[in-house]
Amino acid sequence: MAKTYDGTFLEFNDVKKSYDQRSLVVKGFDISVEQGEFITLLGPSGSGKTTVLMMLAGFESVTSGTISIQGRSINKTAPYKRNIGMVFQNYALFPHMTVAENLGYPLGVRGMGAADRKARIAEYLRLVELDDFGNRYPGQLSGGQRQRVALARAMIFEPTLILMDEPLGALDKKLREQMQYEITRLHEQLGFTVMYVTHDQAEALSMSNRIAVFNDGVVQQCAPPAQLYEKPANAFVAEFIGENNFIDGRVERIEGGHAVVSIRGEGTVTAEAAAGLEAGGRCIVSIRPEKLFIHPSEHAHDHEIEVRFVARIYVGDFIRYYFRLPDGSEIVVKVLNDLSAPEFAEGDTARLHWLTSDCIAFPHGGKMPDVAG
Amino acid sequence: MRRFPEYFTIWHIAGHYGLRLVAWLVLAFLILPILVIVPLSFNAEPFFTFTPGMLALEPEAYSLRWYQEVATDQRWTLAIRNSFLIGIAAALLATLLGTVAAVGLASPWMPFKRLITALLLSPMIVPLIIIAAGMFFFYTSFGLVGTYLGLIIAHAALGVPFVIITVTATLAGFDRSLFNAGLSLGASPVKVFWDVVIPLIRPGVISGGLFAFVTSFDEVVLVLFLAGPEQRTIPRQMFSGLREQINPTILAVATLLVVLSIALLLTLEVLRRRSERLRGTGA
Repeated sequence: MAKTYDGTFLEFNDVKKSYDQRSLVVKGFDISVEQGEFITLLGPSGSGKTTVLMMLAGFESVTSGTISIQGRSINKTAPYKRNIGMVFQNYALFPHMTVAENLGYPLGVRGMGAADRKARIAEYLRLVELDDFGNRYPGQLSGGQRQRVALARAMIFEPTLILMDEPLGALDKKLREQMQYEITRLHEQLGFTVMYVTHDQAEALSMSNRIAVFNDGVVQQCAPPAQLYEKPANAFVAEFIGENNFIDGRVERIEGGHAVVSIRGEGTVTAEAAAGLEAGGRCIVSIRPEKLFIHPSEHAHDHEIEVRFVARIYVGDFIRYYFRLPDGSEIVVKVLNDLSAPEFAEGDTARLHWLTSDCIAFPHGGKMPDVAG
Repeated sequence: MRRFPEYFTIWHIAGHYGLRLVAWLVLAFLILPILVIVPLSFNAEPFFTFTPGMLALEPEAYSLRWYQEVATDQRWTLAIRNSFLIGIAAALLATLLGTVAAVGLASPWMPFKRLITALLLSPMIVPLIIIAAGMFFFYTSFGLVGTYLGLIIAHAALGVPFVIITVTATLAGFDRSLFNAGLSLGASPVKVFWDVVIPLIRPGVISGGLFAFVTSFDEVVLVLFLAGPEQRTIPRQMFSGLREQINPTILAVATLLVVLSIALLLTLEVLRRRSERLRGTGA
């Protein structure tokens, strides 16, 4: 599919959803998606991300707001007239039909002739590398193969949009990574627009053009993966995406986008100021474990603190160190497993280095996620 | 002889064989009264007992004359025709209504689910004589007493609960996302129902239909109340046969019914296995 539509392809405008007419599961969702984009809705379970997908597919009604595709509202379009492909979490292949019959179903519904249908089925079986599996039943396939069939079935009628609801959730780690690559390859090759739902941040970061992080029915931040990781908009995103250290402090002053924060027993540190930060208020300073370096190191730095060693945990490709700050809070440092990973005895003091630009101060009181890292 | 675990005492072993003995006795208690009619139906004499000749296994003591009578006696042929006609029609009607009801009751948006289920299943629980009496008075005002239609409707009402139960059981294993998948592929809800839901619940639908057929086939109370002379069914004919003309024709018919029941049970078993296989491969 070449890009056939300029401007906003898919748009959610202040979409709300309530199941019981009292509490909102989705509280005003807005997003604009270009054709060909790979958008991921990421969030803990119960955050409303799947509900958004279900409303887009038409399986759930919209309580208020509009969803439009190519500028036309689809609120009142029946699900089977939306022409949206969907990959379900449990694949939802028809167990009484062969793989070829499953793939042919949407084509038959659209009145495609038998010969054309056969050619198209063969083409898509080749695309997902299941050429010889047309006559098998879904029950005779492995999880990964079923997933490929489900993908092919969602793409074969060339829908304007493909939705994926945690499609890799049931696969083991190796297969999941392989399928991530596969989906990315198909997306690049065919250029369809994807809306993908997952709670797995590694999956989201590696596949998406943009990620919308959900919590409590609200999008916390919608940004490309790198920006989400490097410049989280609030403490929830900073905690939810990747691993992070948080240190309590008080904002002394804010100057030129930098906050000077006093930390108990430590003096002051300078950090990037996040939106909503006020001088004099409490704040949380975040810094990623891999952005901290143990002295001596050759990395550039403009801050240094003294900490007490607690534990060193061998993970394999890296080593995780636990240190205690003078104010009693714990801090984690990740060091690549090479010669620079030092040994400590319990109670030893160490010195940590970092750069101001890797350190962000968020206003205190934002809702923190339950899920760590 | 099987090996028992070493900690077994003599009492454990006695208990083991004692349980087996009781189980076999119960089985014999249930089956023997049915089996005993089979040889009796081949009796050459018009008696309900084993003649000395039969016990001596003399070929002349056995005959097919009662089967011949069933096949030729006009009352019996009419009864057989009626039973199949009413049974099949009632089963079809019950299957249609029961399936639709079960699908509706399986929907998460169905209000008053428990109340409606209880109402629909009530013909299974309410004593037949009460249903029969009620229907008799109700049907009188519509002129349905003594008609085929009246009996078919009455028997269908008795069969519906069986269909609801079997179809609900197969629907319990039905994955709703299959329905949504069908919609997302562009098929209308009705088309998805025919192409996806029906094939997957078919075993339940068919076994429900068979149960409904059997229910109608051996039902006698409603027939006593509602049927005229032209609508006599096999059980009704046996019933009057018992009072009026005591001879082994009834046993011949009973034997035929046993054979039919076994055939139906085998069909059900085959269906059950098929449905298990389908569910086992359910993606």
